[in-house]
Amino acid sequence: MTSITYLAAEESTHNPIVPLWQELVLGTIAFGIICFVLMKFVFPRMEETFRARVDAIEGGIKRAEQAQAEANELLERYRAQLSEARTEAARIRDEARADAEGIRQDLLSKAREESDRIIAAGRDQLAAQREAIVRDLRSEVGTLAVDLAGRIVGESLADEARSRGTVDRFISELDTAGGRR
Amino acid sequence: MTGQTIVLAADVPFPPTVEDFYLPSIAPWGGHDVWFTKVTLLLWLSVAILILYFLLSYRKPQLVPTKKQWLAESIYGFVRNNIAVEMIGREGVRFAPYLTTLFCFIFMMNLWGIIPFAQISPNAHIAFPIILAVISWVMFIYLGFRKHGAGYIKHALVPPAPWFILPILVPIEFFSNFIVRPFSLAVRLFANMFAGHMLLLVFTLGGFAMINANALLTPVSILSWVMTIALTFLDFAVIALQAYVFTVLTASYIQGSVSEEAH
Repeated sequence: MTSITYLAAEESTHNPIVPLWQELVLGTIAFGIICFVLMKFVFPRMEETFRARVDAIEGGIKRAEQAQAEANELLERYRAQLSEARTEAARIRDEARADAEGIRQDLLSKAREESDRIIAAGRDQLAAQREAIVRDLRSEVGTLAVDLAGRIVGESLADEARSRGTVDRFISELDTAGGRR
Repeated sequence: MTGQTIVLAADVPFPPTVEDFYLPSIAPWGGHDVWFTKVTLLLWLSVAILILYFLLSYRKPQLVPTKKQWLAESIYGFVRNNIAVEMIGREGVRFAPYLTTLFCFIFMMNLWGIIPFAQISPNAHIAFPIILAVISWVMFIYLGFRKHGAGYIKHALVPPAPWFILPILVPIEFFSNFIVRPFSLAVRLFANMFAGHMLLLVFTLGGFAMINANALLTPVSILSWVMTIALTFLDFAVIALQAYVFTVLTASYIQGSVSEEAH
């Protein structure tokens, strides 16, 4: 038996590194078929599924990020509005305060002016009245005194000039006495 | 072909020969028809199993995958991310479908080497590795010319080196890129599968041969068969590794062709 096997080995019609052409043909067809089916119907769909999955995950993340960003923006806007309103309020308050101060100052100065004016007018009037009274008194006192003196003495004083001098002296004495008072 | 008839008897031929790889026709009309052998049957089975598996498990893809869908996706995802994108970069995704098909096809074809009753890989016939290697070869040359135009010749042959070494380097580059690459791809896969099958044959048939020669050698025969089982596990590692290596090398050649800078 062994001799036959050895014989078969010696008669070997096959060289292992020389391909059989029939197998080359069959292999090409078979590999072509499997390539066609898998590369056309299976793996592109897997790639699609991968992409859809990535989309689903990343899309979710992206949506969340977008919402977050929107919320942040809104918050920022509200904050800005709030601070704007705050500064506005402060400005209004300051303005009002300044206005009030101005009004107060105005009123005060006006009142002061008015009072000054009233005082000055009163003082002037007083002075004028006093002047008039002094003038009236001066003439009246002279006449009265002369009348009185004439009545007391019972005689008319002939010498007017002398009597006027006496009266004037008397009045000026009165004046000095009044000024001292 | 008397050798084939005695396999059934306890008296087995030893040592195994190259002829053990060329199994007889299984065509129902008999005769010696190379179109219908165990090897071609396994080839068609590989194609059918892979197509059915992927089509069935990916019939209704969902965003949240079922277990079956997830498994099919992880095979593609493995080649896509760990080979295509890893080797070629972002545009490697473009080649992922082909690389995955290649990987699955080689793996399935190799796997027959350890599947009971099949126990020979079609890839132990160099015809199939040659087809795959030629496709890779044509592919990377085509991609190179498409990417760089006529400049691909310079891109592939002229490495960035001082001018006076180029007369030596250019022939070496030509030899290694355009002749050794497809040859080594085909022979590496073929030789691994051939050797794997040969090893299993040696230990299995060796066991029979020893037990037939002398009953006292029975323990050694048993050891030999235990070794067969151990080698089957080893063969599985080789099967997976060779499928991976073939795919990675193809990806790397593609990368060399589509990359901007000289490799």
